[in-house]
Amino acid sequence: MDTELILMQLFSGVALGAILVLTALGLSIIFGMLGVVNFAHGALFMVGAYAGLWVASLTGSFWWGLLVAPVMIGLFGMLIEYFLIRPLYGRSIDDPLLLTFGLSYVLVEGVRIVFGTDGIPFPTPPALTGVLDLGVGFFPIYRIFVVGVVFVVVLLLWLGLEKTRFGLIVRAGARDPTMMRVLGVDISKVWLLVFGLGVGLASLGGVLSGPMRSVNPEMGSLVLAEAFVVTVIGGLGSLLGSIIAGLAVGIVISMTALFAPEMATIVMFALMALVLLVRPQGLFGKLA
Amino acid sequence: MTSPALAEPLPSSVRKPGRVKSLMTTYRVPLSIIALCLLPWLLPSKALAVNVLVYGVVAVGYNLLFGYTGLLSFGHAAFVGAGAYITGIAIGQFGVPWYAAVLLGVIGGGLLAFAIGALSTRTRGIYFSMVTLALAQLVYYVALQASSWTGGENGLRGFTVNKINLLGYDINFLDPVNKYYVLMAFAALALWVVSRILNSPFGAAIEAIRENERRARTCGYNVERTKLLSFTLSGTICALGGTMSALHLAFVPLDSLHYHASGMIVMMTLLGGASSFFGPFVGALVFLVMEDVFSLWTSHWQIIVGSIFVLFVLFLPKGIWGTFLARFVR
Repeated sequence: MDTELILMQLFSGVALGAILVLTALGLSIIFGMLGVVNFAHGALFMVGAYAGLWVASLTGSFWWGLLVAPVMIGLFGMLIEYFLIRPLYGRSIDDPLLLTFGLSYVLVEGVRIVFGTDGIPFPTPPALTGVLDLGVGFFPIYRIFVVGVVFVVVLLLWLGLEKTRFGLIVRAGARDPTMMRVLGVDISKVWLLVFGLGVGLASLGGVLSGPMRSVNPEMGSLVLAEAFVVTVIGGLGSLLGSIIAGLAVGIVISMTALFAPEMATIVMFALMALVLLVRPQGLFGKLA
Repeated sequence: MTSPALAEPLPSSVRKPGRVKSLMTTYRVPLSIIALCLLPWLLPSKALAVNVLVYGVVAVGYNLLFGYTGLLSFGHAAFVGAGAYITGIAIGQFGVPWYAAVLLGVIGGGLLAFAIGALSTRTRGIYFSMVTLALAQLVYYVALQASSWTGGENGLRGFTVNKINLLGYDINFLDPVNKYYVLMAFAALALWVVSRILNSPFGAAIEAIRENERRARTCGYNVERTKLLSFTLSGTICALGGTMSALHLAFVPLDSLHYHASGMIVMMTLLGGASSFFGPFVGALVFLVMEDVFSLWTSHWQIIVGSIFVLFVLFLPKGIWGTFLARFVR
């Protein structure tokens, strides 16, 4: 096996991992802040991809789809938090999970009604087609672009959480919401925004992954399982954990695809089982 | 964090039940057998009745873990599917007699439940649901890849059971009424086993863990081992449901292993009510009848079922049977 092929496959893994990072980050910040595991995360990823496709075909430009769809679906996520999840605070932690599971049925079936049950191809924007010769091999420009976008988004997210006043409130609220209320912060507004942000990240992942795999109503269910695997490996609620585990899982999947294609999907679950045996709280998780 | 308020009412499971309720609890197994005997004559088709039987067993088995131990598993389709696949493979590829195949399916599904339970009960709280889902998806993808055994995407076929020899009599198993009453014997056995488990000291221990895990630990219970045993028992009963469905359909679809199938079990249990013995069976009945009715109207019946489920979580978390008990039965 020549090194060029291995390098290219490694890079595909990084691109795949970058999408996983976005999805898992969304899941993780929602959990860290609200204590809610969003079972509709995969479905919202899928809805994001369709929204991106829809906006892109309406405006004739991929860029509008990339910009507008995550905002649109993020706002939709806020509606979900406000009307459906908010009434469940104070009840069992299982209730929001069950509700979002039911919601994922509604979303998937709703997309089937509007866009049909078959997959739709998502064209790569003309400016990003082709490959780039980096001296060690040819890399698809679109995947380089995806990695770049995810890098910028993660950087912005980190700056936002660590360097701004809002980020301070979010971090403090994740640690002790009651104390934040006592200090006069309307924590429910923060929850609303964080849920919207998490859903927005998932749908950005959906739009970005569109040109790499075709778009279909069932695409969310594998994404949900992948996001769970990544957050369990990285540690739920840990942002650094999501980033490292996301990239690692992406690379492991695509390297396995090179050597033993039939094991590609199985290997990430095996990795998760291994981590659970050694460190049940995840690599970067704190003991509950 | 939460200080026990003095005026806080005891959970309904702790309060002393009234006369009707305690009679219903004492005679829950005979009562459910009577209900099961009547069921095929009350439903529009016998095939639907057999389906209710299968998923009733699955939901009751699942509820041992969810309703009574308080663990929300999203991976029980793996055990239902394992039971079904093992039974099908044993009959179709090894020519094992049907009763031995059922036994193999139940044991195999139970062993898988033990393995998945051993990993997932190491985690706490919300992790548990995610880990069970992911491990069950592992089983799904293994079954997808091992297509020479499982038939892969097309599902498992070719193991029709035509006749069943019972005490020297040959029973035509293709006749839906015969099929129903043979499988009902298995369902009655499963209900009896679950009832027996709940009446045992072990049944009290799992409820103690559900109410307050830390307190149960302080009282000296081995919480991890109790959870694992409950997980294994629950998975074993679900595997019995799986073998019943294999005998019924003579076909195992690959989708029966997908986490959507696990979610369906969760939905049934919650629709009926996870806090009661009969609830899950009622939930399976309601869910399957809804599926039967709505799928005649529209191929998009899942949007209706999903919405109804969302409304139940919001407004009727005790489910149909649980709410009925709380309102009308003292």
